[in-house]
Amino acid sequence: MKLNKFNETNGSSLALSFTSKKSSFNRYQSRAAYFLIAPTLLLFVTFMVVPIAMAIYLSFTSYDIISEMKWVGLENFRRLISDEILWLTFKNVGVLTIFYVPLMIIISLLLAILVTKPYRGVTIFRLAFYMPTVTSAVAASIVWLWLLNAEYGLINQSLSYIGIAGPAWLAESGPAMTSVIAVTLWLGVGGNMIIYMAGLKGIPNQLYEAAKIDGASGFQQLIHITFPMLRPTTLLVSTMTIIGALQIFDQAYVLTQGGPANSTKTIVYHIYTTGFEQLQMGYASAQALVLTLTILIFTVINFKLNQSKD
Amino acid sequence: MKQKENAKKLFFYILSSAIALIMVMPFIWSLLTSIKPNEEIFSIPIQWLPSAITFDHYIEAFQSVPFGRYLFNSLYLAVMGVLFNLLFGSMSGYAFAKLKFKGRNVIFAVLLAAMMIPGVVVMIPQYIVLNNMPLMGGNDILGQGGHGLLNNFWAVILPGAAGSFAVFFMRQFFLTLPNEYMESARIDGCSEFRIYWNLYLPLTKPALATLGIFTFQAGWNSFLWPLIVLNDRSLYTVQIGLQAFTFDKQTAYGPMMAATIVIILPVVLIFMYLQKYFVDGANFSGIKS
Repeated sequence: MKLNKFNETNGSSLALSFTSKKSSFNRYQSRAAYFLIAPTLLLFVTFMVVPIAMAIYLSFTSYDIISEMKWVGLENFRRLISDEILWLTFKNVGVLTIFYVPLMIIISLLLAILVTKPYRGVTIFRLAFYMPTVTSAVAASIVWLWLLNAEYGLINQSLSYIGIAGPAWLAESGPAMTSVIAVTLWLGVGGNMIIYMAGLKGIPNQLYEAAKIDGASGFQQLIHITFPMLRPTTLLVSTMTIIGALQIFDQAYVLTQGGPANSTKTIVYHIYTTGFEQLQMGYASAQALVLTLTILIFTVINFKLNQSKD
Repeated sequence: MKQKENAKKLFFYILSSAIALIMVMPFIWSLLTSIKPNEEIFSIPIQWLPSAITFDHYIEAFQSVPFGRYLFNSLYLAVMGVLFNLLFGSMSGYAFAKLKFKGRNVIFAVLLAAMMIPGVVVMIPQYIVLNNMPLMGGNDILGQGGHGLLNNFWAVILPGAAGSFAVFFMRQFFLTLPNEYMESARIDGCSEFRIYWNLYLPLTKPALATLGIFTFQAGWNSFLWPLIVLNDRSLYTVQIGLQAFTFDKQTAYGPMMAATIVIILPVVLIFMYLQKYFVDGANFSGIKS
């Protein structure tokens, strides 16, 4: 920038030599840039670009790692249609998503509102609400495995104090799904709370003051100011939550092993079984492609839903 | 008016405490279980506090499974993940933010778009790519014959070594730094690499810390990918080891909770100590939109 100005004020003879110098400098700069991004690009091509192309190709083949890859055309996709377990996992994950996503949004927003109140000790609550987020899904599932134990678990023992006989949480299909959803919420609300906190800070205070003067109740303020102003944040949170929900694996694998009777088996779990336990890599790729397409469709619908209200 | 304000305050504290109890109770309960004698773990009605503290469950957990080995493996993988992401992420982030070159916007857009692609679709192809890595693990130059990088720590490290998120995160931070240093350093004849390494990189320490903690946490907690590519027991991470241990032990909740506490503790301690950076990082994902 400074060089350019210098050029303009110092006449044409100087300008000529500057331009040639500048272009050689640009070449030097872009060489440095390519050097800096080279490792990233190399890894990106090897582990992202090539695999994406392969994913599509593989879904038209039959491949078990050991023997030759065989082109089977649309056979894998034909097989998908009659794959009862696959559609069962789609149903399971669908049920999970329907409950999990709205609950996630409501609870994390509620938590964010709580921890942005100007009361003493609010930081302690912020810390407590965020704590589960730093643990792994595996460790969390194992802790909950014990809490949900039908006989000796903390939950059922506490329920028995108030005269309720809790179910065998992980051995009955309804309660098992409820458990998976609850554990996943427990793990995830803290992270989204932080995102909502940032969103809440961005809402101008005047809006609330004006609403108060007009006599709006706290609930009305929530519906007419907080919710609409947070729409971009909600779009982000819901998109990430949907993408995450459709790919849940760890909790189902550790907490319930997909049981009882496959009632908590998830899509990624099924793909894992098909691909890495039965070594049907081609067919598993076709399954993964269907899931990816589903994720894409849901993401688009979510975008449309969140925009059309404007 | 005053009364109403007090009622609100009371409501806030009751509600927040109840939620905090739900969030923290599982940690406390597993800790208590891990130091209780067996007959107190399995007692009806519930015994809240141990009558005597015992470390037997910890000893049993470490004796029956090489958790020390697993802890080392997880630590190694998480630290390598952090180092690679900080290095490659900051290198590319700097180039995308501060240098002019052909194709800059297109390449950056492609990297960014990759963040939207669900991991499950590349899971199987990545496995095959690693299996067929030329000249590795007994493979010939065409990637045939051996098992490539599978069952090798690089199978976990390499695919995640330069995450799009790291590049994007670092780029955003470099953008906030002024260009003036760069210009005057160039006039002084400083090389581009040294401008990045000696001048700009030290200024990004807070961003590096946040990114580092997040990458460490993700690496330490990751489960599915290591489960797929590491089959050798001596290569297991704590998460795989913990899962296998739980599966074998079924109802030995004492040792199970002891092992879980050992695995949760490092991350929780890091979190307590560096909570500011955690909040920064989580906030950042909000800026993305």
